[in-house]
Amino acid sequence: MTLGGGDLGDLGEFMAAPDPAPAGDTGSAPDDGWTPSPIEMGRRAYRQRRTRRSVIIASVSTVVLLTAVVLVVINTPGWPQFRKKFFDLSYGWQVLPDIAEGLWLNIRLAVVCEIGILVLALTVALLRTLRGPVFFPLRAAAIAYTDLFRGLPLILVLLLLGFGMPSLKLEWLPRSALFWGCVALILTYAAYVSEVLRAGIESVHPSQRAAARSLGLSHAKTMRFVVVPQAVRRVLPPLLNDLVALIKDTGLISVLGVIYDAVLNAQIETADTFNYTPYVVAGLLFVLITVPLTRLTDWVARRQGWTGGGGHV
Amino acid sequence: MSPHADAPGPLLQVEHLRKSYGPAVVLRDLTLEVAQHECLVLIGASGSGKSTLLRCLNLLEVVDDGTITLDGADITDPRVDADELRTKVGIVFQSFNLFPHMSVLDNITLAPRRVHRVARVQAEIDAMAMLDRVGLAEKARSRPDELSGGQQQRVAIARALVNRPLLMLFDEVTSALDPELVGEVLGLLAELKAEGMTMVVATHEMGFARQVADQVAFLADGVVAELGPPEQVLGDPVDPRTQRFLRRIIDAGRL
Repeated sequence: MTLGGGDLGDLGEFMAAPDPAPAGDTGSAPDDGWTPSPIEMGRRAYRQRRTRRSVIIASVSTVVLLTAVVLVVINTPGWPQFRKKFFDLSYGWQVLPDIAEGLWLNIRLAVVCEIGILVLALTVALLRTLRGPVFFPLRAAAIAYTDLFRGLPLILVLLLLGFGMPSLKLEWLPRSALFWGCVALILTYAAYVSEVLRAGIESVHPSQRAAARSLGLSHAKTMRFVVVPQAVRRVLPPLLNDLVALIKDTGLISVLGVIYDAVLNAQIETADTFNYTPYVVAGLLFVLITVPLTRLTDWVARRQGWTGGGGHV
Repeated sequence: MSPHADAPGPLLQVEHLRKSYGPAVVLRDLTLEVAQHECLVLIGASGSGKSTLLRCLNLLEVVDDGTITLDGADITDPRVDADELRTKVGIVFQSFNLFPHMSVLDNITLAPRRVHRVARVQAEIDAMAMLDRVGLAEKARSRPDELSGGQQQRVAIARALVNRPLLMLFDEVTSALDPELVGEVLGLLAELKAEGMTMVVATHEMGFARQVADQVAFLADGVVAELGPPEQVLGDPVDPRTQRFLRRIIDAGRL
């Protein structure tokens, strides 16, 4: 809190003073001389008591449950050994900088891959929406691609590309494991994301297409200006969901062995000491990164009215 | 009109109702009564709060102030079980809101079977009787999208009626229908009224209001601006807002 109390007070007055009925403020009523009747005050008091009681019950039950879980775990026969192997605080602190540095690579990798994924996925999704026999080869290629890469386990794609491509010994092919790891992630994830986008595109009502075409927009322009913007908005929550999954799965490229990301760094430490705390540290760091994104997903979904769209029901 | 002294008070009593959405006050201070077996028709411009009032009556909205009394009980009390209340108040929406993944019969038997725990056989017998009542017995196995708008709306009415509500709410039930289908739905409403159903009907069909309503309430500025028998409100309105509204409707050739 660097702001002084005076600053906050001024800010508060500034916000409240000029407009008696700030728009969008759900709590405050419009200024039309209405004061709640005693009946309404009674109802509000009752609802407040109910809310307070629910909060207390929820807090108490949460604490009780967590305590029970902790008690059960620390009373298991192997707990002292387990704690030393997995939750060695001082060791965890010691390896933290190494793993955090690796995580930075995971994050950069996820950002680069996500861009590639969105471009490839949108292309594939649009190819699949093309109608007419002329486009059959493109459509077929798009379908074959999604079928293949949705079916292949990511780890196999990583191994095949990461070890296979450099061993072709083609001069003009990049040989970096990082590059091929990235390609594997893009190819696999784009197959999923293209299906999400296609579902979004197909969920836009045909009348929207009819309206756009009747204004003289071509198929491509209809897609670009009318259909895809609506589709993307609609599938934003599942897209963000896939982004979270991607961030975690960047950890899988450690199987290629020379990319020093969070998981590989943890593995190296563990191989030295036979203590698994670095894995736990890496796991915690991944959770720290993905939790805000998950909350963002929830927020976007809520804003789109995925929950509570029916008013107070 | 309202028999306060008589033993059975009004079935529905709304007093000083207020409902706002953020800065927009839709219902300011609305008071009205509906006696048993009475048909109250709500008229008013778009945004005058007809739908909001109906949603409040069904507890689909939490009111800001005032009380709603149904059958002698205050339903705005937060202790009231909204689900239980809704079994007593049926509502039919402008856009039918049938469940598209269920057959007509399943739409109607859903609440009896899942809420009232009526056995499937009995629920289907009741539903078929109700479908027969609305003239759609042969459509029991159809999906909603195979029906016309008028038929869908009649199914929606049957779905609400099968729960034997004390009060029926109709929220512009003909506004989404083609003109030639309006009659079949309004005819059904008139029959329900003749059978003694208590109902509140928000509508733009002034002909229906004139023929079927016991009372017509004109809503404006969040209050009941004018209330009375249809001949008076529609034929000889006192409030200038009612006069202006009806003038616009006549100009549009809708009266």
